[in-house]
Amino acid sequence: MNKIIFFAQTRELVGVDKLELAVDQMAISQLLEQLSLRGNKWSLALKEKTVLCAVNQTLVNYDYIIQEDDEIAFFPPVTGG
Amino acid sequence: MNIIQVNQSPIDVNSLITWLYESPTDGAVVTFMGKVRSFENQVISLTLEHYPEMTEKVLGNIINQARGRWAINRVAIVHRVGKIYANESIVFVGVSAAHRSDAFATTEFIMDILKNEAPFWKKEQTVSGQNWVKAKESDLNALKKWY
Repeated sequence: MNKIIFFAQTRELVGVDKLELAVDQMAISQLLEQLSLRGNKWSLALKEKTVLCAVNQTLVNYDYIIQEDDEIAFFPPVTGG
Repeated sequence: MNIIQVNQSPIDVNSLITWLYESPTDGAVVTFMGKVRSFENQVISLTLEHYPEMTEKVLGNIINQARGRWAINRVAIVHRVGKIYANESIVFVGVSAAHRSDAFATTEFIMDILKNEAPFWKKEQTVSGQNWVKAKESDLNALKKWY
């Protein structure tokens, strides 16, 4: 099972802060496509190149293959400091 | 030695500077503070959100990278989250080193990487409503001088 979490504007657009789904062996790009089918706000929030992805708290590229129990986070470009 | 703190309370600058100042073999202490800027009095406050488990990891990695590049001793990164009002501080970075050039470079490096990689997000409360602050091209460009 994978925990998928959303932050900031991405979370506000999709309307949930986390999901529990079994998505191992899928690439991040495939997961983005699958989640985008949930509706317009999802596809807007998860548009490739605008959404960042971290797996187990480390930034990854969209071609990363998800492993069992990976924690996957989606969020917009960061604006701290 | 490192201090990494992420919390809601105001930054206790005096105790951080005292800690940075302690080592007699360091000849330099450089500090930076970032604060909420109210452009033409439009910004009332910022609300900062973060990804707690990732934040500490990223900040620790930034310090490790800096230690690989410069001869530095004590490093403190303190970042606030939650609601922060105009003119209050958001972030404190302090570095002690034997020589000032290492301390200056590290302080700038930490801020440049933090701005692009640390998972914090700002929502701005202005007189006309709320909006998420957009990432700046200039922050991304600032990375070029380090890689």
